[in-house]
Amino acid sequence: MSNIGSYDERVKDFDWSVAEAELGWKDGEPVNIGVLCTDRVCEQGLADKIALYWENSKGAERTYTFDQLRVATNTYAQFLKELGVGLRDRVCIFMDRIPDLYILFLGILKTGAIAQPLFSAFGPESLIVRLEDAETKVVLTTMKHVRTVRKIRAELPKLEQVVVVDCPDESKLKEGETAFRLDEAEPVARFAAFPSVPETPSVLHYTSGTTGKPKGALHVHGSIVQQFITAKWVLDLRPDDVYWCTADPGWVTGTSYGIIGAWATGTTQVVYDGGFSSETWYKVIEKYKVTVWYSAPTAIRLLMRDGTELAKKHDLSSLRHLASVGEPLNAEAVVWSEEAYGLPFHDSYWQTETGSILISNYPGMEIKPGSMGKPFPGITATVLDMKTLEPIEEPGRVGLIAIKPPWPSIMRTYWNNTPTYYGKFHRGWYITGDRSTIDADGYFWFVGRDDDVINTGGHLVGPFEIESALLEHEAVAESAAVGKPDPVNMEVVKAFITLKPGFEPGDDLELAIMNFVRKRLSPLAMPQDIEFVESLPKTRSGKILRRVLRAQEWGEPIGDVSTLEDD
Amino acid sequence: MAEELKDVVLEYVKNEYIEEDDEDTEIDYDTPLISGGIVDSFSMVSLKVFLEKKFKLQIPDAKATPEAFDTVNKICTLVREFTHEA
Repeated sequence: MSNIGSYDERVKDFDWSVAEAELGWKDGEPVNIGVLCTDRVCEQGLADKIALYWENSKGAERTYTFDQLRVATNTYAQFLKELGVGLRDRVCIFMDRIPDLYILFLGILKTGAIAQPLFSAFGPESLIVRLEDAETKVVLTTMKHVRTVRKIRAELPKLEQVVVVDCPDESKLKEGETAFRLDEAEPVARFAAFPSVPETPSVLHYTSGTTGKPKGALHVHGSIVQQFITAKWVLDLRPDDVYWCTADPGWVTGTSYGIIGAWATGTTQVVYDGGFSSETWYKVIEKYKVTVWYSAPTAIRLLMRDGTELAKKHDLSSLRHLASVGEPLNAEAVVWSEEAYGLPFHDSYWQTETGSILISNYPGMEIKPGSMGKPFPGITATVLDMKTLEPIEEPGRVGLIAIKPPWPSIMRTYWNNTPTYYGKFHRGWYITGDRSTIDADGYFWFVGRDDDVINTGGHLVGPFEIESALLEHEAVAESAAVGKPDPVNMEVVKAFITLKPGFEPGDDLELAIMNFVRKRLSPLAMPQDIEFVESLPKTRSGKILRRVLRAQEWGEPIGDVSTLEDD
Repeated sequence: MAEELKDVVLEYVKNEYIEEDDEDTEIDYDTPLISGGIVDSFSMVSLKVFLEKKFKLQIPDAKATPEAFDTVNKICTLVREFTHEA
């Protein structure tokens, strides 16, 4: 029997006090995520249980028990406190998936500061907009990534400290950088963690929108109530499980379920720090006897491409529950996973802003391949008419997915951007910006985004950021970035470009522009296709009509352009 | 020719995917690039575009797997396969 038991029964009488009781937390008590993921687990008699199996692509391995995790997070928290980090300070973690990333995340939360994890593949331009907006006080990084920080440090007056956690020799550091090595520090057995209340800010995750700079979704310590219960009921984490969440903590799945949900439930988890390879991934599952696997459609489609035979060559019999998130999981992938692993992937739906899973397929509930599933107990979800924004009653009609607030893990604001935050709500609904239908059985079916944001490999990329970077290239006069269909990543970035006088379209220029964006922003934001054009479609006021270009790429009707020309 | 191809690819990878001031990352013909985290699966696309344009060939998406791009030697095998077909 799964943890959730009967979904239909759970939905009937659920309120969030059920989740609080399952977590063992009572209103009025401190609710510090760092403590609940380490100290509390040890107090439950699990101090010697393995919390983390870590391995990287070079074959290095580390193992931490929950007690070692507790002490390591204390040690980092103490160091940060002595560095002057305190309540609400923004502390960025910018590194690959090494153990320090996971330990630091909880250590920061123990101090009462706000953890701001950023994807380690970000280039200087992606990094600076996020650190500038958050007025980040400290960046914790590694020798590999400190080079990117150095390129922008002079432009960040609020950045007081840069700490390198793997510095072998302090002579390699520049002025204003500090070395700290966990393995050489005096372990801190006791640390007085900040006594957070549910509304104390915890994590700042940046996400991209259609216009403007990325927005920082601010979360709170009370989110753990929902992250805990969804880890238990959706991912079905149980005491004997070995769990593998393949997401990077630079993105919300990697923190909500790659750190908080996993360890709040006292679950042993595996982290593999290396690039994707089907063979390597299967070896990880085989070696650590992974039982629960939370991955993403892009990875699943790459595994599909490598075929069932490769899967069958490995002993994957330890697997018992598979889940997916990031973009819609196509029906073929669900059917294929049953063939390859004897188990279906369970799709789940949520966003950076929502903090936890909202709609999902549950263990024990019939899966309709290709569907996102049904709302989590306690979540009221609907689709709203695209024009009137009234809930749609009849099944099968496309509308905007909307959720009735509040729920414990909903973002509390966009950092420095309250107007945009309030713009996400309408007549008592949180508007996700995604479109779907609901069938007669209450299952949601994803249709697409309602804006120009590009979902590539489960990551949202804002066209504005890409276009701004493109315009910095000496040859580019105007640009428009849209998502184009891709069999593996759902969408990839395509750029339409007009050139300045004196520049000619050509292979070398195309490649140079691709690499220019990759290095400035990130590999995700790099246009995988560039089309040089004479002019871009625009409104009369000169606004570029991305919608027309996007429709062209997707083979959709372009629609009534004449009305837009009066924009 | 074989040596030249290998060196062109290795040089491109070094120039494009390793920072100028990175003295710690050393790569040779058999260094895992994708699984080793030096080139991620998104950046692999720019590597593919480079190969296609430099050597005037088309590598089908189905053949452009992370495994096939994992080392300079494997990339050269792929390039040769499609150079012969062309």
